[in-house]
Amino acid sequence: MIVANLKKRSVMLRALREFFYSRGFFEAESPMRIPAPAPEEYIESVSAEGGFLRTSPELALKRLLAAGGERFFELGKAFRSGEHGRKHREEFTILEYYAAHWDYRRLAAFTAELFAAAAQAVCGTERVTFRGREIDFGKVEYITVDEAYRKYAGVSAFAADARGDFDELMVTKVEPELGKNGIAFLIDYPANRASLSRLSAADPRVAERWEVYVSGIELGNAFGELVDAAEQKRRFAAAYRFRAEQGMKPYPEPEAFYAALEQGIPESSGCAVGVDRLAMILCDADDIGLVRWE
Amino acid sequence: MYSASDLKKGLKIEIDGAPWIITEFEFCKPGKGTALYRCRMKNMITGIGMEKTYRPTDKIDTPDIEEREMYYSYFDGHHYVFSDPNTYEEMQVSAETLGDQAYFLIEESLCNFVLYKGEPIEITLPTFIEKEIVETEPGVRGDTATNVTKPAKIDNGFEIQVPLFINQGDIVKIDTRTGKYAERVNKA
Repeated sequence: MIVANLKKRSVMLRALREFFYSRGFFEAESPMRIPAPAPEEYIESVSAEGGFLRTSPELALKRLLAAGGERFFELGKAFRSGEHGRKHREEFTILEYYAAHWDYRRLAAFTAELFAAAAQAVCGTERVTFRGREIDFGKVEYITVDEAYRKYAGVSAFAADARGDFDELMVTKVEPELGKNGIAFLIDYPANRASLSRLSAADPRVAERWEVYVSGIELGNAFGELVDAAEQKRRFAAAYRFRAEQGMKPYPEPEAFYAALEQGIPESSGCAVGVDRLAMILCDADDIGLVRWE
Repeated sequence: MYSASDLKKGLKIEIDGAPWIITEFEFCKPGKGTALYRCRMKNMITGIGMEKTYRPTDKIDTPDIEEREMYYSYFDGHHYVFSDPNTYEEMQVSAETLGDQAYFLIEESLCNFVLYKGEPIEITLPTFIEKEIVETEPGVRGDTATNVTKPAKIDNGFEIQVPLFINQGDIVKIDTRTGKYAERVNKA
């Protein structure tokens, strides 16, 4: 455990909170142990007597949107079974925030400002050195998923998705090129990688989803949230089928979340940030173990 | 067979009939996508490097690799002969396979062999050996401004750089991994 880094992390956590409080977001604390995680193809939850540890607070926080929460964030632990590596821990810290009536691009601009505020607080500057390279948190660029694949992998994102090597190309060719000297938003994912985001009205081949990168490291994932109950249930059904085929844990259906969808969730966007990874960048650490309590 | 979740740095695997050792390993998980295991590896015979990315469901062949300790017996004119201390089985190793390490062989010294399909692909000698300096010029005192080392030879003709204070007849310790002088053990 590196106490110096834990102290920097503390400065970062304070700066993140203050940024949200100053923009009118309040802090919420939803349950760690939940009855029904969101069914996802490649994320597995940790079981906890009588329920499961949350893989993210998403379903709970969307209920808060339905209840009129308007603008809020949650900063706490999340758990994803089987994930361990230089940038992964089963137990990690997630920062998730939602804003009713904001579209996903507005949330991107907000996120860039959030990160810059954290850099300023921890490093005293928006120009941070990470692994020998200067990252300017004031420099923000946007690139669509399809543009990025065509530029860095030589194939359209839709073609890569169809032929089955979308993930391999993301990891080997696309991600390493993103955010080399600043913040990069990889935006508009192919429709069948929408997850819980809604499809773009302008171009239904893509979803309102972005991921944000610094120095090739994914720091966050955001959605223009899907609030159509029927479409969400249809996507969950496909995920339950896939999970059953793969022998993954069976989950009960998230009844409280369905009720919120039926009640009506306002058009909103939301984002989830890997706080440990942001700490890695700000502490110039190349391993997640160096910036958290282990 | 290994499954992808067995992969880690240092693991020896087989791809298309060749042995590879994993030199770098990274667990990757692109957002909402499948986990991927990204590996850098080195061919244990040719030394060529390669990158390969595996999925969690992939299976990988295990190589026919065996590690044995063998002691150096003698040179038969063509090959260096090693013996298994338990079975007394002999193994012949060519000068080519040993390279410079041939200069550091001492009878009865135990060496670590890595065998692939029965053939030695990696031989590790004891880290240090002690050898007498049979030939070197006397070091000239006060000459340290221009030279800090001088050439010297051991009995089999191998040349190393030694500090100026080393004299003919001195016994020195040599690092067999680098072929470099380590320290003086005995003055002549």
